[in-house]
Amino acid sequence: MDSSKLQNLAMNDNGFIFDPNTGYSYTSNETGLYILKLMSMGKTKAEIRAEIMAEYDVSEDNFDSDYEHYLLMLEALSLVEY
Amino acid sequence: MDTIRTNPDLSKLKVTIAVTGLKTGDNPQPGVAVIRSIRAAGFSGKIIGLVYDSMESGIYLEDLVDAVYQMPYPSAGAEAFLARMEYITAKTRIDVIIPTLDAEVILHIRLKDELKAMGINSYLPTEECFLLRDKTKLATYFPPKGIAVPETTLISEASQIIASKDQFPMMIKGRYYEAFKANNIEEGLKYFYDIESRWGLPIILQKLVPGDEYNIVIVGDGEGGILGMVPQKKLVITDKGKGFGGVVVNNPELFDFATKVIALLKWRGPCELEVMRGYDGQYYLIEINPRFPAWVRLAEGSGQNQPAAVVLKALGEELSPLPACKSGTLFIRHAEDIIADISVMGEISAKSELIRR
Repeated sequence: MDSSKLQNLAMNDNGFIFDPNTGYSYTSNETGLYILKLMSMGKTKAEIRAEIMAEYDVSEDNFDSDYEHYLLMLEALSLVEY
Repeated sequence: MDTIRTNPDLSKLKVTIAVTGLKTGDNPQPGVAVIRSIRAAGFSGKIIGLVYDSMESGIYLEDLVDAVYQMPYPSAGAEAFLARMEYITAKTRIDVIIPTLDAEVILHIRLKDELKAMGINSYLPTEECFLLRDKTKLATYFPPKGIAVPETTLISEASQIIASKDQFPMMIKGRYYEAFKANNIEEGLKYFYDIESRWGLPIILQKLVPGDEYNIVIVGDGEGGILGMVPQKKLVITDKGKGFGGVVVNNPELFDFATKVIALLKWRGPCELEVMRGYDGQYYLIEINPRFPAWVRLAEGSGQNQPAAVVLKALGEELSPLPACKSGTLFIRHAEDIIADISVMGEISAKSELIRR
């Protein structure tokens, strides 16, 4: 997966995200923002899972399912490429 | 060692600058924004507003210009234009002129020498270069040179709209102004006749490219290089298709595309490129407007005072490329009522001039 575009995103702590490449902006909740920041740092899915499970009360299955769903959304927005 | 790029400082400049196009409102002209940027560069000298209509709103702003002169419309021709300029320069010196309306730029290019003889300098492209960016030429000049342009047909009869029934939706454009998206033959015919009645023939049919539109304000150096370039994506679009809000983007592919267009043309002076990034990932050149856009303050606001640079270039000064613009800088257009006495309108209407200072 290529998540290099995420490194260019400007994200503030309120969940506002600006893509300077396209001019599009997005909003995200706290968890989504946290995952985006981890992804933009180049963390693997396993590393992100470990960090999220340490921070939030979530099972591995639930994380995997939500993470895949989130990735599909990011792909639809052309922010990541499989 | 890298050179530190700085914006022009006009605080010590003792010249008089004339700017056209002072109307704001639902279809704003660039003059007011150009003047604001020149003032933001520290310029405290005289600024003359040249208008075509006593209802151009910038006339009524007390702190904008020092004097206003009404001009004959460009369609009145060179003689009327020069006669008016001679009258004005007999009353007040003009050192630099920045035309901001499409229809008048060609007049300023063709009469450059006559204006120069009156002491008036400008920073504009050559006539050949200006004509290459004509909407009717884009689709033939650029694609062989590696710049994609949406498929374009010039038509002069309404029956050609009907013959294009399989091509809808498509853009229908006037040669000089206006562009509409037509979804079917009925809309196509309506826009054909509307545009024909206002701007004449030919009418331009252009294949619609689905994608994201970007607008780029540029000052070219006339040798293929660029002094400044600020691209924006429109965020607020009015029902007339005018951008009333936008944000500066930083897209290397878009920069490369625009740089190539300017290098091919060797454009000198200000212009605005309209570019589509198609959903196929390809960039398409839609239009080149031969003047600053009304949103040019976004360039100054994002760190590149392009109007100030044009003033210095018109005066023949050497200038390094402007500083990089700051992506994420936003503009939102804000309309506000101006309160003035009716005598201001009376003066400009009756005397075709208004001397404020």
